[in-house]
Amino acid sequence: MSFDRQTVRHLAMLLAVGVATAVCVGAYAAGADLGQTTKQATNWTAIGMFCAFVAVTLGITKWAAARTRSAADFYTAGGGITGFQNGLAIAGDYMSAASFLGISGLVFANGFDGLIFSIGWLVGWPIITFLMAERLRNLGKFTFADVAGYRFSQTPIRVFAASGSLVVVAFYMIAQMVGAGQLIKLLFGMDYLYAEILVGSTMMVYVLFGGMTATTWVQIIKACMLLGGATFMALAVLIQFGFSPEAMFSKAVEVHARKEAIMGPGALIKDPISAISVGMALMFGTAGLPHILMRFFTVPNAKEARKSVGWATTWIGYFYILTFIIGFGAITNLVPNPANYFVDGEIAKGLIGGGNMAAVHLAGAVGGNWFLGFISAVAFATILAVVAGLTLSGASAVSHDLYASVWRHGRVDQAQELRVSKITTVALGVVAVALGIAFEKENVAYMVMLAFVIAASANFPVLFMSVLWKGCTTKGAVTGGFVGLLAAVTLTIGSVSVWEKVMQNPAGSAWFPYDSAAIFSIPAAFITIWLVSLLDRSARGDQDRAGFPAQQVRSETGIGAAGASGH
Amino acid sequence: MDADLVARIVSHPQYQELKAKRTSFGWRLSLAGMVAYYGFILLVAFDKPLLAQKVGNGVTTVGMPLGLAVIVFTIIITWVYIRRANSEFDTLTAQIVEEVGQ
Repeated sequence: MSFDRQTVRHLAMLLAVGVATAVCVGAYAAGADLGQTTKQATNWTAIGMFCAFVAVTLGITKWAAARTRSAADFYTAGGGITGFQNGLAIAGDYMSAASFLGISGLVFANGFDGLIFSIGWLVGWPIITFLMAERLRNLGKFTFADVAGYRFSQTPIRVFAASGSLVVVAFYMIAQMVGAGQLIKLLFGMDYLYAEILVGSTMMVYVLFGGMTATTWVQIIKACMLLGGATFMALAVLIQFGFSPEAMFSKAVEVHARKEAIMGPGALIKDPISAISVGMALMFGTAGLPHILMRFFTVPNAKEARKSVGWATTWIGYFYILTFIIGFGAITNLVPNPANYFVDGEIAKGLIGGGNMAAVHLAGAVGGNWFLGFISAVAFATILAVVAGLTLSGASAVSHDLYASVWRHGRVDQAQELRVSKITTVALGVVAVALGIAFEKENVAYMVMLAFVIAASANFPVLFMSVLWKGCTTKGAVTGGFVGLLAAVTLTIGSVSVWEKVMQNPAGSAWFPYDSAAIFSIPAAFITIWLVSLLDRSARGDQDRAGFPAQQVRSETGIGAAGASGH
Repeated sequence: MDADLVARIVSHPQYQELKAKRTSFGWRLSLAGMVAYYGFILLVAFDKPLLAQKVGNGVTTVGMPLGLAVIVFTIIITWVYIRRANSEFDTLTAQIVEEVGQ
């Protein structure tokens, strides 16, 4: 399997044609089959706008493919992305369809409670800025294992890092793929299966041919569309109330079934332990997501890495303020017109298409059909872009950590490593589609949270301790990391959302009483790393500890750091 | 990086200054961020009525501006760190790099 230019161009064309055909066939099939209750009427505007997005991004992929030669180009866009661009791309990675539709839907249903979640998703970013971003950039090259394993024995730490990355990527990916299938039924009126194939094949084209350059630009474009669309909606809502939040809130209280209860914390946060545990998962999970960590290697130096997080935090914070306004706007615009937006015109039966459709209906209410089409296309493009980022980080974990470092002990040339990345990309694309289809009827609501808990309990503690604590050893990091991973998965299985809702055990039988495992699994990982490192009397342990000053010098000053490959 | 260079940098007074300043600044801001966030979460967990209390005569509650303030505070402390790092810390780093001849 060789990838010279000619082959690349032919394959790209072939895949592009395939994607276009899938869209058209899907749309046709959707038009012919409107019998299913959950599927909406075919929305040609949304499909047209989405096709335009795909056309533009495939054009960018073609341009990026010409610049993607080396492994560095493929994994990190040659380190040539600016801080501002990377900030937008990180925001793009982070502002998933789930956070856009989910949080605005949550605000629509519960008011204030939605805000608690938005804040949780944001607060991890400053911690990344202060303690991780520039150190990651100075130590790392392609994957977070480069950082975590800087002074450690390579094989064990990379096996751990690749496991941590792939498990997080898998759960995050399943949630995205199932979400894509559900969304396409609602937004485009197309079949679930087409959504899976569409997302799988399009993102494969991005990653395979355009590598990180194309993936980054897809994220940037999508982030701009999402921020632009959400800004328009929020402004349209605020104008109705003369830019007075008080006027908006009082109208919402007047029409909402829960009246004044929407203005304060409700039942969403059940007990203090769950509240803090969910908060910890969100805060520290962000700093352990492999596709986010990878983004810090795409900028030329520590200064740009810092700027990236600054911009990412700003855009994400701004976005969550918008979703909050959008949620309240949905209350004031949709509830007074039940006939148009609610099942059978009855508010009690819920929004047409489900609670996550609040933002989409609001788009129609304030911007008409075209804007509804635009927002639908943006929501779907969001999933596509996030899946592309996940696939790239999964592929790099396999090729850079497992293949090049563990299996070939670093004795491998760039071309071989690159070939393995591309084969892995194809494999992950196929696996993603297969998982999306396999989990169609399953309840996957817990999976994004599980991905965050694992990232917070396995990846983050290892990264944190290896970079900041001189006493950390290979044995400690690897043992602690796996303890965190196991604790996160085991406790999540025992919680209500999996034990009862997914595994169908009787109500009340869940043996882990809280919403998130993080409050136990994060400390378990940290304590294990600390204790095992402390008791580690091996020669390797001494070597690990002796390597700390050199690592620290590089992480603090950037001397010896991998530079930009220069384009 | 050879051991000799590492030793030279580690003993460099400006490296010690950079390390100490950045570490303490980073931790203090992290602490500020965590206090703001977990303070908010603890209020949600333990004192719901306080957050649901009205501000003035309207329907707006204490929780709304407070929640918004946590978001804005998060963004501000991020830029506070970046400003100082981009000027002071980067200047120190540049001096170290120049003086050890790298």
